Amino acid sequence: MDETQLKERIAAFLSQNDPAGDRLEFLRARFDAGLAWVWFPEGLGGLGISRDMQQIVERELAHTPQLDGGVQGIGLGMAAPTILAFGTQEQKRRFLRPLWTGEEIWCQLFSEPGAGSDLATLGTRAVRDGGEWIVDGQKVWTSGAHHASWGILVTRTDPEVPKHRGMTYFVCDMRAPGVDVRPLRQITGEAEFNEVFLTGVRLSDGLRLGEVGDGWRVAQTTLMNERVAIGGAPVRRGGGMVGTVLSTWREHPELRTHDLHQRLLSLWLEAEVTRLSGARLREQLAAGQPGPEGSGMKLSFAKLNQALSGLDVELRRDLGYDDWAFRRSETVDFYGRGPGYRYLRAKGNSIEGGTSEILRNIISERVLGLPSEPRIDKDVPWKDLPR
Amino acid sequence: MTLLYSEVEEELRAAVRDLLADRCPPSAVLKRAESQAYDLDLWKTLAGEIGVAGLLIPEEHGGAGASASEVAVVLEELGRGVAPVPFFTSSVLATHALVRAGAGELLGRLADGSATAALVVSFAASPYQPFRGASVRVEDGGARLSGTVTGVAGAEVADLLLVPVDGGLYLVEGAEVRVVPSFDLTRPVATVTLDGAAATRVGDVDLREVLLFGAGLLASEQYGVAQWCLDTTLAYVKERHQFARPIGSFQAIKHRLADLWLDVVRARAAARNAAAEGSEVSAAVAQAWNSGVAVRMAEEALQLHGGIGMTWEHPIHLYLKRAKAGEIALGTPGDHREALASLVDVPGPEGGQQ
Repeated sequence: MDETQLKERIAAFLSQNDPAGDRLEFLRARFDAGLAWVWFPEGLGGLGISRDMQQIVERELAHTPQLDGGVQGIGLGMAAPTILAFGTQEQKRRFLRPLWTGEEIWCQLFSEPGAGSDLATLGTRAVRDGGEWIVDGQKVWTSGAHHASWGILVTRTDPEVPKHRGMTYFVCDMRAPGVDVRPLRQITGEAEFNEVFLTGVRLSDGLRLGEVGDGWRVAQTTLMNERVAIGGAPVRRGGGMVGTVLSTWREHPELRTHDLHQRLLSLWLEAEVTRLSGARLREQLAAGQPGPEGSGMKLSFAKLNQALSGLDVELRRDLGYDDWAFRRSETVDFYGRGPGYRYLRAKGNSIEGGTSEILRNIISERVLGLPSEPRIDKDVPWKDLPR
Repeated sequence: MTLLYSEVEEELRAAVRDLLADRCPPSAVLKRAESQAYDLDLWKTLAGEIGVAGLLIPEEHGGAGASASEVAVVLEELGRGVAPVPFFTSSVLATHALVRAGAGELLGRLADGSATAALVVSFAASPYQPFRGASVRVEDGGARLSGTVTGVAGAEVADLLLVPVDGGLYLVEGAEVRVVPSFDLTRPVATVTLDGAAATRVGDVDLREVLLFGAGLLASEQYGVAQWCLDTTLAYVKERHQFARPIGSFQAIKHRLADLWLDVVRARAAARNAAAEGSEVSAAVAQAWNSGVAVRMAEEALQLHGGIGMTWEHPIHLYLKRAKAGEIALGTPGDHREALASLVDVPGPEGGQQ
């Protein structure tokens, strides 16, 4: 399908569906027309064409109801590509449509109090019981769990084998008995994160994603996509966080100093070359899957966001803070909040979705081919690991 | 507009890379660096047979009529090899000046590589200070030029010397070209002295525009320098053992290389963008970033090679010298950042609010 044919298809879709009508009906129809994510297969919201054609769809449908990129972020960026890669036909049909329309929100049940950077050491147990699995354990730093219908969950199913081999990946019903979501207050004052306690949660075997024991490989797909989702969004020149600092800079000449000017120019430059690099990476990804190069984008994004949000506070010389009130935030309203909030929230950028240190390991080993550190835990059964 | 490489560009790259690997590996560049820096036999093959000399020359003057993106790929490879050929000075700077001046006949001589040219400007000049290091004046109503230009690259191997002065581009004869001991061994600079040298005006020139065009493309050479330093260092830290492990397995080394890789990846994107877009902003961005990356990468390559990196016998120093001289060439990173301040509307404190 070429650009003209795609545009015809979009025009035909618009002639039959009124963007001013019911939002949900419109989004469902868009999914059914294959205009949700065009690189997905037909029947699953796509047309099975190149990913770079998506921008044509987005342009043509810019005036129509849009998805909520905040609360739907984990579903769209992480769960969907994983379900597409590892789900059964039945799972794909069941989950992808309401995921895309936002009727069902997703969260990610990966990190645990004892398993952060070393995710593969996680201990949430899933034990088979006939056609079901019984899950017990604790997950942490789970964004949006309080909105979610479903969670992507990695569990330990075989403690007798080394850690990477004994894991299994599930879709967790967040409304099942035994799922307890508790808010976790952050340094910003709010709670966008949660801890999730799983006690005797029963999941049917039909909710398993991938083979038993293959959970690590499935999780890798999620994590690769997560890093692209965090760092890979297209921005315009001078947009994003640098744009926020620039507005203050331009509006308040009285705040400018030579020192800040030099630092701002350096950060502007770094933001610009990072933007160009992201554009180049997206050109490369247009056809295929994100590779480990995506980790580089996330690393630069974290560093820049932190440096720029710090500079913003310093530039404004404002000793206040907009609001410390404890609340369960709906989405991360990064630009709607004050500079102090942005500075504090950006601290999470080098931790969430793989710390910058782990990302440097990934780049050096998978992209640059450098040898790994000696690993003492590689061949030890999970149950015998020191902890 | 794309930031990727086309198939044609990849073929051109392969041709240049194969030739350099065969005729002029870094060890060979090192061997000749102190006697005759330029390898004119290699240049003849590169210019004539592979045809790089005519890339920017329109087809009606015997060139290939190629785009800046193809030139950029050649520069990447020449940077990778610190190749001692006058491609940048003759086929980019001087050729672009002649194209803009509409000097068709002279371009015809450059297109097949039978003649080589140099623009008589200081390599330390910049689009923002195009006549830095130059004091040339027109005499006899334009028939003669007098004065000196310091820091000129590629002049000693040029058949045609082109002097920009007062908005005109002059072909001169009888200039004295004296090569000075130069920081960059593989692209030495010379002082060009004109003492009433016979001059022919070949057309008009906007030297600022020519230097800006050159600056945008120099970023591709700098990316090539950085990429060689990264590749060579990666190979070394995988081989070199200390404490019974390859040193590349230590996180202190791995994390530094991951950060450097990220800098180099962004340098490639900046260089591709400058070549494809050709705007003032894209050139300033690419120069401001890539100059620094090339220097940082060469310095880190030296450090991570340890003792051997400090020796004359290892070619790293050729790259360090090229990178450090390149940092000054056609504007420092600071010059380009300062230009960006007005280009992208990030004004300074103006008179200094403190």
